[in-house]
Amino acid sequence: MAVAPHALTREVVSARIQGRRADVGGTVFKYVLLSALLVTIAVLVILLYSQVDRGSEVLTGRLGDFITSKYSSLPTRSGIIQGINGTLTIAAFVIFIAVPLGVGAAVYLEEYAQKTRLTRFIDVNIRNLAGVPSVVYGILGLAIFARALRNVTGGASVMAAGITLAVLVLPIVIITSAEAIRAVPDSIREAGFGVGATRWEVTRSHVLPYALPGILTGTVLSVARALGEAAPLIVVGAKTGFFTGGDFGDLRDNFQALPSQIYQFSRLPESSWGGNTAAAIVVLLAIVLAVNSAAILLRNRFEKKR
Amino acid sequence: MAPDPDTAVETRRTEPAVDLAPQAGGHRGAPRPSKAVVFETEALNVYYGAFKAVRDVSLRVHEHEITAFIGPSGCGKTTMLRCFNRMNDLIETARVEGTLSYHGVDLYDPGVNPVEVRRRVGMVFQKPNPFPKSIYENVAYGPKVARLAKGGTAMDEIVERSLRQAALWDEVKDRLKASAMGLSGGQQQRLCIARCLAVDPEVILMDEPCSALDPIATGRIEDLMDEIKQQYTIIIVTHNMQQAARVSDRTAFFTAEVNETSDTRTGILVEYDATETMFSNPGDERTENYVTGRFG
Repeated sequence: MAVAPHALTREVVSARIQGRRADVGGTVFKYVLLSALLVTIAVLVILLYSQVDRGSEVLTGRLGDFITSKYSSLPTRSGIIQGINGTLTIAAFVIFIAVPLGVGAAVYLEEYAQKTRLTRFIDVNIRNLAGVPSVVYGILGLAIFARALRNVTGGASVMAAGITLAVLVLPIVIITSAEAIRAVPDSIREAGFGVGATRWEVTRSHVLPYALPGILTGTVLSVARALGEAAPLIVVGAKTGFFTGGDFGDLRDNFQALPSQIYQFSRLPESSWGGNTAAAIVVLLAIVLAVNSAAILLRNRFEKKR
Repeated sequence: MAPDPDTAVETRRTEPAVDLAPQAGGHRGAPRPSKAVVFETEALNVYYGAFKAVRDVSLRVHEHEITAFIGPSGCGKTTMLRCFNRMNDLIETARVEGTLSYHGVDLYDPGVNPVEVRRRVGMVFQKPNPFPKSIYENVAYGPKVARLAKGGTAMDEIVERSLRQAALWDEVKDRLKASAMGLSGGQQQRLCIARCLAVDPEVILMDEPCSALDPIATGRIEDLMDEIKQQYTIIIVTHNMQQAARVSDRTAFFTAEVNETSDTRTGILVEYDATETMFSNPGDERTENYVTGRFG
């Protein structure tokens, strides 16, 4: 194509590169995205504020008493120590059962198993299991851990609840760990095999350390999920009224956990119990936040070492 | 020039096995005759599932020589290379037919342990792939898993020797505990060579080791290869014909033939001879076209 000779003088170039074409679409899109973020944050802030506000009397007036007392029929004397004990114990069950099992299964699926139709079938089913409603796991827990295995668990105990929630989050641990392991570059595996390391040596020294931050993220998500579940606990048999016990370490005894306790409080008259409900919600949020922060700190430490 | 009788597989090894001491530098000229054969392949086919990646390759690789595999992309050079230390085993669908012997032992015999093979036949990859660990740990990892040294001074000595051999010692001796990821690309590749040398292999397979490097780093690695070939046998895959001509004693030229029915490409060995012959007086027209730049 013949182009008319056009002198690239300073003026011509300047006019061309300073042309301002309004990018309307881009600007609109930017603000749409921003408002999506703001709406999300606003909802969270409002929720948090309303709970702190509702629970302020309890949180400021008798917080120490509230978190160290057992449940009482008197709202002004009732506390949530049984719920905290149950929730922490359940978290421990999740960490000590679901994490080793889940990471082990993920390592097997990704590093050892041949990619056959069977493993793909298993993989798809694990993904489906992660989407099963938690109340279904509650029924499973009731049938197996609270009833069939009551000689081991002691019936509707914190042990039965902990194992149920460990099973509930197991698919999430497997999926997130498998994804973290899959994200390890093959070049690292090849480097290990290339100097004569066995599969186990490569997995232990290179794949797992590299995947650790991702595995930790998945673990945190699953523990946080387990901490917040109420439905399966109620089905398995968390105590919904006054009960003795619920001390820390009583694995085979009656139990209560924070989410189900919040549910229980919320069904009592709002005028006298509303403050307790809100305060329990704030305490549960604080525990979840603490667990998440610890794990994020841990993850950052491992990521730095890469 | 007649094809080098020593490389043609059909030739029975009747000539006396004279093992000349490797001459430092100046390896131009006809390859020294009758060095011990390290690898011998016969009618080797490699498949990925139903796809045939390499067809009917027969060649011999000789001790203390640098053998170069050249050819256009997708002609199976890397696939061939990865057969020699059973790295292809890591690809589930990969399958090898024919024979590949290492000092007369069939490498694909069911009794052979690929981990042991890889301790003797090391590999340097196309992209520098140091472990995301310290420089020291990178070199020490191989000896550790091979239980050559437990640690302490014995390990320190192995690390220093390997880094010196790879011409990297002076640059990193003051920061052995620093992360290997902080090294430049050329340094990383020399670190990978040091890591490979640390387990004291017999053979080193190099898969386009300089393709990610600048000419200066490339030059250093070529010098390095020339030095270490007195102790090791080297097979190098390269896209760079000048590199093959500069460093290798023998060159194998591969090309890809397009299968009429399935539109896939299968690699075949066109010609294998002394490097000088391959570049000055090749026996096959396709080789000549390739090395003179008229094809590929």
